[in-house]
Amino acid sequence: MSLAAERATDPSNPPGGSGRNLRLTALTKEFSTFTAVRSLDLEIPAGTFFALLGPSGCGKTTTLRMVAGLDLPTSGTIHLGDDEITYAKPYRRPVNTVFQNYALFPHLDIHENVAFGLRRRKVKDVDKQVQEMLELVELESQAKKKPPQMSGGQQQRVALARALINRPEVLLLDEPLGALDLKLRRGMQIEIKRIQTEVGLTFVHVTHDQEEAMTMADTIAVMNAGVIEQMGSPTELYENPRTTFVANFLGQSNLIPGTVSSADGDVVRVDMHGTQVSIPADRAHVTSGNGWVGIRPEKVLVAAEGEPLDAPGNHMSGGVVTDVSFVGVSTQYLVRMPWGQELMAFEQNTGRRAFLTAGTKVDVSWRPEFAFLLPASQDVNAGAIEEA
Amino acid sequence: MNGLQRASRWVSDHIVLAGGLLVLVYMFVPIAIVMLMSFNDNSESRNVYAFRDFTFSNWTNMCGPDGMCESVLRSIGIGLAATLVATILGTLAAFALVRHNFRGRSVMNTVIFLPMASPEIVMGSSLLALFVSGGFGGRLGVVTIFIAHVMFCLSFVIVTVKARLSGLDQNLEQAAMDLYASEATTFWRITFPLVFPGIAAAALLSFSLSFDDFIITNLNAGQTVTFPMYVWGVAQRGVPMQVNVIGTIMFLISLALVLGNMFATRKKA
Repeated sequence: MSLAAERATDPSNPPGGSGRNLRLTALTKEFSTFTAVRSLDLEIPAGTFFALLGPSGCGKTTTLRMVAGLDLPTSGTIHLGDDEITYAKPYRRPVNTVFQNYALFPHLDIHENVAFGLRRRKVKDVDKQVQEMLELVELESQAKKKPPQMSGGQQQRVALARALINRPEVLLLDEPLGALDLKLRRGMQIEIKRIQTEVGLTFVHVTHDQEEAMTMADTIAVMNAGVIEQMGSPTELYENPRTTFVANFLGQSNLIPGTVSSADGDVVRVDMHGTQVSIPADRAHVTSGNGWVGIRPEKVLVAAEGEPLDAPGNHMSGGVVTDVSFVGVSTQYLVRMPWGQELMAFEQNTGRRAFLTAGTKVDVSWRPEFAFLLPASQDVNAGAIEEA
Repeated sequence: MNGLQRASRWVSDHIVLAGGLLVLVYMFVPIAIVMLMSFNDNSESRNVYAFRDFTFSNWTNMCGPDGMCESVLRSIGIGLAATLVATILGTLAAFALVRHNFRGRSVMNTVIFLPMASPEIVMGSSLLALFVSGGFGGRLGVVTIFIAHVMFCLSFVIVTVKARLSGLDQNLEQAAMDLYASEATTFWRITFPLVFPGIAAAALLSFSLSFDDFIITNLNAGQTVTFPMYVWGVAQRGVPMQVNVIGTIMFLISLALVLGNMFATRKKA
């Protein structure tokens, strides 16, 4: 019997402690017309909340299905600790899935839906465990209902309970919140994160919602066209993206063309339409030739021409505000620079200063430690707009 | 407001309902006549279509007419056997057509409609030609009727089960397998219970198609007489009132099945 089964029957054994890492090695999945996943290498540490983030069609769901055993890879291996599970049947791996459309069994009531996995493994004490699990997801009063009688949010929690009750070593979540409305989704994100912390299992979460990934995950792998573009903590990915795809897909970025003029020690200097900017070496992903200078919109400082800006170094002048959107917590400006590019700048509505109006001449700057530099060979629009 | 105005107002308010009621009357008058005639004491009259006297003797002496009950039992037997075989084969075929991709699947999907669409007389006579050329000419009977019935029931079973099966979310089966159910367990715990209403409907349809088939049966029956053939035969001389008893019983069984199904689904929901 599997490790998960032993754990599920032994409540004294704290979950997570003996967990094993999930390791994907050169995992590839080819369909007749395209390659969904291209030689993926990935190690997911036990007990972490891991998110696979990417636009639809990037291969994240295929990766998840291969881990679950619902799809077989064309090549490569999947290991759980030292055990290879690449070709194991779905019912022979200690992995459970929360499906995108929940896939609750419509002819069974909620109690039996949640009990399904335990009954298949002939576990004792099913009723008590189901009761506890339904309490965890706050549905104990709904046990006798059938899935079609429940709301989307409730069905989602049943799906979570049905997978979680088996104490799998790895819980896979396939866009589990996609069908919920925004407010419910925010609530569930916090709820799922809380449950993960409580049970300490490895969660692998597939989503195309960058905000969701950042809210919930310890580690995010950004996937695009079958490969992982970058992996790291939410802050790492957001503050120091390595590719234009990550810069655009995770939040928004201003990417300004420039040429490296010197690289020494810990600073790379870039000539950007006549203005010299410096970028910390660990954030510069090119050290010669052309590149994209990246800066997040909320890091861009804007002030009416000649007024002080809270940033050392050069100010770029000659900008004109072309658009102002007031969105409550912040005001979003579009500033047309002398070289024709429009830069985004978000300013918190702290009330310290009057709003700038469209047509105002402005100076623009930012603190150098927030900028990053990406290779010019990458597509400046990668990851932008189409999934916004 | 006088009565007439009131009535005309009621009719104009309920014109759709009134139309519906008329259609129902139109549909059920023949059945009502059959039920009524099953209590007709007709023993002395030559005119079979007149109601003379009320009696229970048709019911107490159900098998009075020569050969009638034998033909009913024969029809029920053939119907059950044909239903069983057609339902199993048809269900398997439906699974193949919905779940497996193979060369010629789309052609198959079209071809299965042909037996439903082609006239029975064509099917019946070509089957007869097949049996005769295959050397079964002298041995027409229950077996050839059974083979013919399985054939025309199959299309209906495949179409009915296919409809139910293609509406079944395959994620459910994957979810079951993900939750430690083997392929066989998944089939019996998830797939079968969810497809069962379709299979049951197909079986009921098969039985009633088989039970009352006349044209194809008549051509391939040889000396064997099924219930429809019996009724057709005696209709030349005068239908015994017991035929109405059989008709009433069949109607009541169908009614019970429909009502039972209705209550079962209402309790579930």
